[in-house]
Amino acid sequence: MATLKSLKLRIASVKSTQKITKAMKMVAAAKLRRAQEAAEAGRPYASRIEAVVASLGARVTPGPQTSKMLTGSGKEETYLLVVCTSDRGLAGAFNANIVKAARLRAQELIAAGKTVKFYLVGKKGGAVIRRLFPGTIIASTEFAGVKQIGFENAAPIADDITARYEAGEFDVAYLYYAKFQSALVQEPTEQQILPVPVTAGGGEVAAGVSAAVEYEPDEEGILADLLPRNLSVQLFRALLENAASEQGSRMTAMDNATRNAGDMINRLSIQYNRQRQAAITTELVEIISGAEAL
Amino acid sequence: MADNLHFELVSPERLLRSGDVHMVVVPGTEGDFGVLAGHAPFMSTIRPGAIEVYESASSPATRIFIDGGFAEVNDSGLTILAENAVPVAEIKADEVSKKLADAREDVRLAKTDAERAVAEKQVARYEAMQAAAAN
Repeated sequence: MATLKSLKLRIASVKSTQKITKAMKMVAAAKLRRAQEAAEAGRPYASRIEAVVASLGARVTPGPQTSKMLTGSGKEETYLLVVCTSDRGLAGAFNANIVKAARLRAQELIAAGKTVKFYLVGKKGGAVIRRLFPGTIIASTEFAGVKQIGFENAAPIADDITARYEAGEFDVAYLYYAKFQSALVQEPTEQQILPVPVTAGGGEVAAGVSAAVEYEPDEEGILADLLPRNLSVQLFRALLENAASEQGSRMTAMDNATRNAGDMINRLSIQYNRQRQAAITTELVEIISGAEAL
Repeated sequence: MADNLHFELVSPERLLRSGDVHMVVVPGTEGDFGVLAGHAPFMSTIRPGAIEVYESASSPATRIFIDGGFAEVNDSGLTILAENAVPVAEIKADEVSKKLADAREDVRLAKTDAERAVAEKQVARYEAMQAAAAN
């Protein structure tokens, strides 16, 4: 049975925890707004470049000169999984969900006899992947100290991935991040980034609308310039979505934590008051029975 | 208005500019080209340089330096995708020349071909910036 004093200390400690979670929730809410704005501001560029690449990709007939980033390396042996997580924890199941999506895919690929490599962006995914798939991480990046993810943060990573792709280190690349839907819902997303997927639908649209487009230099010259750019943009978008999702997820998690702390304080307070009352009653009974005995 | 060209300048971070203008001159990789309303569908890559935006036929051009990119002309107007855009008026000439000197130094000190290629790209970039600022 806990003593009165220990109960009191416990209540004080839960109260201070509640203060912290409440503050974190408010900070996350403020950051969420900014991150969400950034994510939304980045969408026009990403969707436009995606549309252009899709229409160009559908028009180019694959030949020996065509960029390998579009046609693939001709094999499907080695897979690179680019896993974007956050650098900080206490964001609910945010990182766990992203890592889980990547893990399931990795296990599936390994079962099919493929080689899997990981490229980690952000600190939090590292521990699990290192334990489950030791020796498969080829690189990892963190954004310690970066307040607002800028395009200059995403571009070097994309350049590195492109260089590794051209060096033949892997054949197919997938990108994992959490797509921001609302503060409550973040969807772990898998996106194929290399080779660039060309949808049949995009081709039809392109053929219908831009039949008479002139290209300068030629289609393949533009593609060669555009594909690396597209990769950095897709990565940048993923990072922005991730940043917004992280804050949303943290906000929800901290809201829950604050509420749980409140419940706990209530429960402990009731216990504390009951015990105090019990102690008083015992004392009274002792005094009364002592007086009666006289 | 039918006579005006719908012009959008987009960077990965945000939509920088969107509106109707008279004409835009774009530094394409294979030469500058001007885009007026009703231009035929066209796609081109852009070399680092200044784009000139003419709000109306008589007004002077607003010059914006872009660090390479991609231009698309279609029925709905001209869209320029640029990674980095700075109004020419905000370019500080002495800063650029200092960075240009640094970049040239990097080219000289580069040990591998890859390093040299990166540094040379930087030199080209700052040279273009300087040229844009000088005009």
